[in-house]
Amino acid sequence: MSEFKSTSVEVRLPSRMGFEKVAMSTAAAVAKLMGFREDRVEDLKTAVAEACINAIEHGNRMNEKLSVGVVLSAGADSLEVKVIDDGKGMRTRPTTPDIDRKMHGEEDPRGMGMFLIQALVDEAEWVAGSNGRSSYVRLVIRLDKDA
Amino acid sequence: MQSETKSRVDQVTSPAGHPVSVLRFEGDIASTSKDAVLGAYQGLPKETTKLILLDFTKVDYINSSGIALVIQLLMEAANSAQKIYAFGLSAHFTKVFTMVGITKYAGLFPSQADALAAI
Repeated sequence: MSEFKSTSVEVRLPSRMGFEKVAMSTAAAVAKLMGFREDRVEDLKTAVAEACINAIEHGNRMNEKLSVGVVLSAGADSLEVKVIDDGKGMRTRPTTPDIDRKMHGEEDPRGMGMFLIQALVDEAEWVAGSNGRSSYVRLVIRLDKDA
Repeated sequence: MQSETKSRVDQVTSPAGHPVSVLRFEGDIASTSKDAVLGAYQGLPKETTKLILLDFTKVDYINSSGIALVIQLLMEAANSAQKIYAFGLSAHFTKVFTMVGITKYAGLFPSQADALAAI
């Protein structure tokens, strides 16, 4: 695909653990069509999976009546992914995990999702929706044509 | 939807003659993998098992909940004076394990032979 035309793909997931893999596979397929390197596709897969897990678990609180929206917007040089849930938005910001504190029981072994998202993509922002609903995380990963 | 995690234990001997337990995982490692990861580890006798290899060769997907299970395993192992090594991670998950600091508590190796040679 030498000249990629801007396009968007939308996926709607049930709020059930495991379905993040559907979004992950879709994002990977779009990124491959755009010409992303394999290592960047892997970064994107993990970031999208973690964003969906947060949306399912924290945003929609595992309520299967609610769905998670995933909107992939492919541009010429970048791929934007929005993962939308019905929660109030993340109140915390990503923090770097402290493995020593985790190993000593001073920090929850979990809670690395936001850190991984931020570390693996070029841009990540968490946006609280108006009226406390339709919050989203927005990820951007850029094509590195020189690499 | 999440693929079931399978695990089994093999007993091997390192080139230096040390007995080593190899925990082999297969499938996804996620929040549903507690029994397969921690349960399998906790089934090893602590008094006689001092060297443990984690085999990720047949694992395609690890999420943050799965990484947390690995950290819990490392915590229990540290409290029991056991040494943990891991092998078979993809380049991506080697990077992720390094980013979250797991390499400080578990040596990562490309293959079982490489890991055993280091023991």
